[in-house]
Amino acid sequence: MKNAYVINSKDNVAVALETIEKGELVPVIGESALKEIEAIDAIPKGHKIALCGIAKGADIVKYGIVIGHATAQIQKGSWVHLHNMASNYDERSSAMDEHTGAPKDTVYE
Amino acid sequence: MSEQPMKDIENKTFRGYFRKNGKPGIRNRVLVIYTVKCSEFVAREIVERTHSQDTELVGFDGCTDNQYAVNLLISLIRHPNVGAVLAVGLGCEYIQPEWLADIAANEGKLASWMFIQNEGGTRSTIEKGSAWVEWALKQLKNTKRVSMTLSDLVIGAECGGSDYTSGLAGNALVGRFFDHLVDQRGTAIFEEIVEAIGLKDMLVKRGVDDKAKKDISDTYDKALEYCRSVHQYSVSPGNFAGGLSTIEEKSMGALVKSGTRPIQGVLKVSQRPEHSGLWLLDSTPDPYWMQFGITNPNDSEGLMDLVSCGAHLVFLVTGRGNVVGSAVGPCIKITGNHDTFQRMSEDMEFDASPVLDGSKSLEDMANLLASYVFKIASGKLTKSEEMGHREFYIPYKYQNNSGVAHRCEAK
Repeated sequence: MKNAYVINSKDNVAVALETIEKGELVPVIGESALKEIEAIDAIPKGHKIALCGIAKGADIVKYGIVIGHATAQIQKGSWVHLHNMASNYDERSSAMDEHTGAPKDTVYE
Repeated sequence: MSEQPMKDIENKTFRGYFRKNGKPGIRNRVLVIYTVKCSEFVAREIVERTHSQDTELVGFDGCTDNQYAVNLLISLIRHPNVGAVLAVGLGCEYIQPEWLADIAANEGKLASWMFIQNEGGTRSTIEKGSAWVEWALKQLKNTKRVSMTLSDLVIGAECGGSDYTSGLAGNALVGRFFDHLVDQRGTAIFEEIVEAIGLKDMLVKRGVDDKAKKDISDTYDKALEYCRSVHQYSVSPGNFAGGLSTIEEKSMGALVKSGTRPIQGVLKVSQRPEHSGLWLLDSTPDPYWMQFGITNPNDSEGLMDLVSCGAHLVFLVTGRGNVVGSAVGPCIKITGNHDTFQRMSEDMEFDASPVLDGSKSLEDMANLLASYVFKIASGKLTKSEEMGHREFYIPYKYQNNSGVAHRCEAK
């Protein structure tokens, strides 16, 4: 069941319900006019894919609400996570490893 | 919302345990309480020697007492799932086992207490305590039974180990179930205000009246101030690895478990809801002379806090999986992640993933969950109960229980 799931029509990101390979074209399901989208990065299962180009500083919208902002220009079909977006509240979250989620700002000797 | 959901079990009754004060219980437990770390071993041995699913341990580690911890112990003594209380102290500590036993007796519960120093040490206290618990377990078999329906239940919900499925399936399912429970005059409590960061307007709007709106607003502001002060938001490496990028994203997934009905008000830890409906539990410490302290250090604390507000049973929604249970209130673990459910099938109670793959509607799943809750409330043990999980967590904390603390109090 490879597809990109859009929760709210206002969203500019969708959720990959299974891992999507780089270059793969997958159907878009849920509340979106978009029929399909090509992943220009690998999108891990449960992670977000950009449904359109998102300018640096612009809102990232999921569930119809702002869940943070872009910290870099994001191209349509990109993986959207800690490397290119950040919370509007929590200054620490961008210091986590985007693959493992482990903190990179705590020193282990 | 249609009238159809949960119709099959709406008027179906099960047999609860009569209590002199308040609601009937769905379990009839003997609670062995240690009043300081020094008496923990003895109390734990008493519990283990009775070899009964109905004997449980809780306690407080500190020698110096703490109003928050004492209130929490009292709330567990008064909990409808508890039928008997044995308080075990060493003999030097601030918390008074005799006074705890008096409260239990006033509630019409079987009660006793001991000081290890008076009883002559480990062996004699364990022997005397075990004998009392054996006696209490026999007595409890005669507890009067009364009929209950789902609407008599208080149910709490929290999430832990969230991933992308939590907001889409597990919490969405609990939210839908809570809507039905509340519509049938049941009581639902959700917590984790620190996981509502970024959603203030959405939350405040749902307050049933001006007082509820103000209390929700102040509770949110305190939680945000807390997170800013300690530089830690309630989002963890596992959440990031699971595809959540920010606290706002996690918050939205977490708030879904509250459903859509109006919020009647804010409860502090150990406070009972005044009437049925949906309530928000605030477990964040209030600002005080020791400053905030730590909130939500683990999932067991969240479950304990919900039980302290009178929850008969608690939901733990966990995308990534967890194994904990809870003392006093049985814990139903729900996951929206099918892989997690299969991998941890001995621990996971309810698979909400059919919502995600589209094979079942949220409404159908809410009905199945209601039937499951009915079984557990009727006496079927949860998987964590069967395995012996009876986690509890009672820390030092400061909360002003005279009402919701307003921000100005901190200054």
